[in-house]
Amino acid sequence: MILRSKDVLGLEDLAAEEILGVIDIASRFRAVFDRPVRSVPIMRGRTVVNFFHEPSTRTRISFELAEKRLSADIVNFSTATSSLSKGETLRDTAENLAAMKIDMLVIRHSSSGAARYLANVLACSVINAGDGAHEHPTQGLLDIMTMRQRLGDLRGRKVTIIGDISHSRVARSNIWGLTKLGAEVTVCGPPTMVPTGLDRLGVKVEYDLLRAVKDADALNVLRIQLERHASRSFPSNREYHRMYGISAEVVQKLKPEAFIMHPGPMNRDVEIASEVADGPRQVILDQVANGVAVRMALIYLLSGGDPGALAPAAA
Amino acid sequence: MEWSWERIPAEFVVMNARLCREGAIGRRRGFVHVRKGRVEAIGVGSSSPEGIPALDADGLVCAPGLVDLAVHFREPGFEEKETVVTGSRAAAAGGFTAVVTMPDTDPAIDNSGMVRYLIDRGRDAGLCRLFPTGAVSPGRRGEAMTEFGDMVAAGAVGFTDGSEPVANGNLMGNALKYAAMLGVPIITYPEDRTISGRGVMHGGYWATRLGLAGIPRAAEDAALFRDLELARAAKGHLHVAHVSTKGAVALIRRAKSEGIRVTAAATPHHFSLDHARCRDYSPLTKTNPPLREADDLNAIAEGLADGTIDAIATHHEPHTATEKEYQFDQAPFGVIGLETALAVGITYLVNPGLLDLGQLIACLSERPARALNLPVGRLEEGAEADFVLIDPERRWTVQAGAFASRSANSPWLGETLTGQVAATFLRGRLTWRGAAAPGGN
Repeated sequence: MILRSKDVLGLEDLAAEEILGVIDIASRFRAVFDRPVRSVPIMRGRTVVNFFHEPSTRTRISFELAEKRLSADIVNFSTATSSLSKGETLRDTAENLAAMKIDMLVIRHSSSGAARYLANVLACSVINAGDGAHEHPTQGLLDIMTMRQRLGDLRGRKVTIIGDISHSRVARSNIWGLTKLGAEVTVCGPPTMVPTGLDRLGVKVEYDLLRAVKDADALNVLRIQLERHASRSFPSNREYHRMYGISAEVVQKLKPEAFIMHPGPMNRDVEIASEVADGPRQVILDQVANGVAVRMALIYLLSGGDPGALAPAAA
Repeated sequence: MEWSWERIPAEFVVMNARLCREGAIGRRRGFVHVRKGRVEAIGVGSSSPEGIPALDADGLVCAPGLVDLAVHFREPGFEEKETVVTGSRAAAAGGFTAVVTMPDTDPAIDNSGMVRYLIDRGRDAGLCRLFPTGAVSPGRRGEAMTEFGDMVAAGAVGFTDGSEPVANGNLMGNALKYAAMLGVPIITYPEDRTISGRGVMHGGYWATRLGLAGIPRAAEDAALFRDLELARAAKGHLHVAHVSTKGAVALIRRAKSEGIRVTAAATPHHFSLDHARCRDYSPLTKTNPPLREADDLNAIAEGLADGTIDAIATHHEPHTATEKEYQFDQAPFGVIGLETALAVGITYLVNPGLLDLGQLIACLSERPARALNLPVGRLEEGAEADFVLIDPERRWTVQAGAFASRSANSPWLGETLTGQVAATFLRGRLTWRGAAAPGGN
């Protein structure tokens, strides 16, 4: 058994060996992508529900693709409920889902803790596709997979996460996963975007971008949620780009082999300069491909798939 | 004559009780002689008046009826959460014989007709004394002043916009001046909304870890500082409805030493539970002000011990099970507290040695009554016979199904607490009899 729990709710809950185990399986699936027939029929006859209570394109498509490649039956439902109208309680939603006898639930929700709540009341497996500002474990896993493909063992490696740490579930999942694997994590952003108590999660806080990235092996550049800030957390896009944006000048200061990740979608010329986004240091499309593989691996393992049945990934 | 719980006579004696008066529990046992709703006599020793039905308290503590400076009985407008009847029943079950109601109903208590309506409803329920507060501004919109004079004449004991803090400093200053002329306090829920913003729990490590928006201490401290300075200038009486931060305790201590007329209360949840309680995202731990840190809890206990904080008030805020089943960020703020206040005080303040039992009882009776000038909270000859029998050692487990309140949104569900109310008497009439009551029928 690679995963101990029936659910994947956050990297906080996963042990280092579980994270590595999932990534190993994901690497095997990644190898399947280059074959002419990319589906593996191990989820045939099983139903996965993608419940997106918050707008998402990339994560939803990535999950759908992963499910399709495993031949699962898929039901998508999205609720366009704003935070103003609460709609039905999550318990009602959960009880409806349980009555319909589904095999797995993928949930994206604007409220932190929503995935855990559903996992506690549902017998089926629940995968958290992002809950509020809490966790986004599949993004964390795909980021770690991308880093391991280039750096191998992450122990002692330096990873810098840049941007709005306060509101970022990507940052939290990265922090939990990376620190468990022994990486040295630095977070960087204006103090208005770095929440209190982060040091207790075992990361270094640095407000100066150049100092934060100087020795880094990998940069994870977070999306600035322009709509969320409305000029309160930073003065302007222009100033944010000047002080925290990854520009060509910043890239010149990096270690030669350092690379740049971004969870997407990008605000070009805000958190990342267009030329960097299209440049040789970025690994963004690799992240996207790894995302599908990681999601396939989780769905496979949570459905009781046998890791031994898959061909080992080429070294 | 034999004592009978079923037929409590107009004249009786509670004997063999440990009397709690003026914050101290007598070393020798004593008796309380009740006649026609009043305390006829109080005495020490085992002898009690002959020929009168006697309840043998068997060493239970006999204390003044408890007084709660802040409850939300939700009527009118939110009867699915609580009513005056169910709220009064919860009060009696918690040992309370007097409560101060908050005006955040729908419609708000913002005119004398509404004040009279509530007093009537309380009298009809007949289970505790109900002292209403009125809103500072019509509809609690913070725009203008309500008719304070008319409402005081109808029985209002203070004014507050409750959880809609008066943002306009000029209105707050004027309210303090005007209320001072009428001899009543302005009750503040100090919160600067521009600082607390969309926060849902204490801004600290746990909010960061859980990915929930934080309410920093500064939201309370900054608002309280403004209100204290306005009270100083107005020579008015400011009552702080709930204190959650160490900074607020220090501000109140300094204000008192400088002669500002300020009184304050703290809730049981703010001295017993810290922000780590939110770790499972249970909306039962969602309150405003939020559960904070150990330093704050300690400061509140110290404040109660040295008198900086005058009283313990429950802020009994009932919500339906459905409302408290929304996700943490969506669920409403507030917890109930009437039926657990005494036990939480014993468990978290008396047992660890932060207060003695007499002090705790004073924080729940004489001290709150004095803070808001309410004519209750004393166990003495000639006073109305509002009193409570307490078993301070009995342990019990808080269960959702066992509340007299219509709601069960308690953060202590499943927890075993020490100390239970055995019986509550209002004007010599029994309003609650619990499992800890001494034998007999």
